[in-house]
Amino acid sequence: MFRRVHDHGPPVALSIDGRPVLARPGESVAAALLAAGVTTFRRSAKTGAERGLYCGMGVCFECLVTIDGVANRQSCLIPVAPGMRVETGGAAPDLAGKAAS
Amino acid sequence: MNRLGISERASALPGGEADVAVIGGGVVGLSIAYGLSRLGRRVIVLDEGDVAHRASRGNFALVWVQGKGLSMPEYALWSLRSADLWGGFAQELEERTGEKLSYSRKGGLMAALSEEELDARTFELSRLHNQAPDTARFERLDHAGMKRLLPEIGPSVAGGTYCPADGHVNSLRLFSALHQAAINAGADYRPNAAVETLDAHGGGFRMMTARGEVRAGQVVLAAGLGNARLAPMVGLDAPVRPQRGQVMVTEKLAPFLHYPLGTIRQTDEGGVMIGDSKEEVGLDNSSHHAVLAGIAARAIRLFPLLEHARVVRSWGALRVMSPDGMPIYDQSITHPGAFLVTCHSGITLAAAHAEVLAADIAEGRLAAELAVFSARRFNGVSKGA
Repeated sequence: MFRRVHDHGPPVALSIDGRPVLARPGESVAAALLAAGVTTFRRSAKTGAERGLYCGMGVCFECLVTIDGVANRQSCLIPVAPGMRVETGGAAPDLAGKAAS
Repeated sequence: MNRLGISERASALPGGEADVAVIGGGVVGLSIAYGLSRLGRRVIVLDEGDVAHRASRGNFALVWVQGKGLSMPEYALWSLRSADLWGGFAQELEERTGEKLSYSRKGGLMAALSEEELDARTFELSRLHNQAPDTARFERLDHAGMKRLLPEIGPSVAGGTYCPADGHVNSLRLFSALHQAAINAGADYRPNAAVETLDAHGGGFRMMTARGEVRAGQVVLAAGLGNARLAPMVGLDAPVRPQRGQVMVTEKLAPFLHYPLGTIRQTDEGGVMIGDSKEEVGLDNSSHHAVLAGIAARAIRLFPLLEHARVVRSWGALRVMSPDGMPIYDQSITHPGAFLVTCHSGITLAAAHAEVLAADIAEGRLAAELAVFSARRFNGVSKGA
C-alpha cells in the first residue's frame, strides 16, 4: 500500500512488535511502520477504534507507539535508529510501582 | 430581529417570547435553564460566542465539599446539599441525553506535606463541623492511612484529610449533557447572542442582543464575569473578578488513583489532571511554564510515579470570584423578576442550581436559606432582595 519514494542508503535494522524490519536512515518510525505494511498503530483507549498516522507533523497525537519501552511516543517525529524496538497497540502505560528516578 | 425557533404560542405571551431569559450558556446558566425547562417554563438561553471566557470548558471537574465555607457554614451546607443531590441529578441527565457523565462519589482527599499543614487543616475543618454539625464529616489520616487509599502516595506526604461527601465527574460531558437536556426539555438556546443592554419593559425585561431584541417575563444573570457589567442595568451588584487557574493533563495512564484529591485527579479516560494555581492577572487566560513547572513539582512530591508521565496539554481558565469566594444569589428590589447567580463552583452546585434554585426562580422568589448569599454582604448598600 505504501512504498518508499527514495529507497536508498544503508538499511537500519529495528523491530516492530518483535518482527525484524529494515528501514532507511533518516526516515521516521511512522514511515518505517507504513513501509512494513502496518497502518493501525494503536487503538483508542476510549473506544477501541483503530488509530494510525494522520497529520504526520507532530500535531494530532494519533500515531503514538511504544518505543524502547516508553509508551505514547509520536512516531511521526522520531527518526529510526538501529536496534529500536517499536510496539504498536497503545495500551495506557501502567506506572504503578515506579519510583522516582 | 431573529425569531427563528419561536413558536406562535411563545410569541404571544404577554411578558414576551419566553417566561425566563437566562443570560449565559455555561454550566451555571444551563443548569438553571434545564431546571426551569423541566418545570415547564419557556426558557431562552442567550449565550455569547466562542470568544467567551468559558470557565465551563477549563475547570477541574470536582464535585467538592471539603474545605468549602470555612468562614460561612451556609456555603458548606449548600455545597453538601448539592453534592447529595448529584447522584440523582447525574442519573437523570444520563437518562435524558444518553451522555455518560462518569460521576463517581467515593470521597475525596486533601494531602498535607507537613504535620503543621495537617494540623492547620484539621483545625479548620473541625471548627466548621463544631459550628455547624450538619456539615460533611471528615477524617484525619496519617501517612499510613493515606497509603491505604492511595498506594502510590509519596514518602513526603505527612497525611491528609478524607471527606466521604466529595466526588468528581467528566465536566465536559456534563456541559454537553446540560445543553442537550435543556434543549430536549424545550429551552431555546441562542449562541452568538451576547446581551448588550437589558432593561425593564412592559412588565418584563427587554434585552438587546447581538442577534436582535428578546423579551421575557423574568431574567437570570448567569454570565460569569459578564455579570459585573449586566447587573447594574437591573439594580443588582456583581462584584466578581477573574482569578486564573492553570491546569495540565497527562497522557492516558492505567488507573492508579482511585480517589480524587483537591489538586490531582485521574479522569475516567485515564489522563491525570493536575492544577489549582490561583493568580490575579485580569482577563488573561494564558498558561505559563514557570507556574506549570511548580504545579508539576508539587504533584511529583505527592505521587512520585508522575515523574514518568508525559503532559499532553495545559491551559489556563478564569474563575469567577466574589470578594469572599462564595456565591452570590440575589433578586433585584428595583427590578423584581431579575435574578443574579454567580459562583466559582458551577460543577459542584449544578445539581442544586437545577433542582432547588430553578424551582425558586420559577416561583419568583429566593429561599430564605439563600438570603445570606446576597451581594449586600459586601457593602451594606441595599441593592438586592
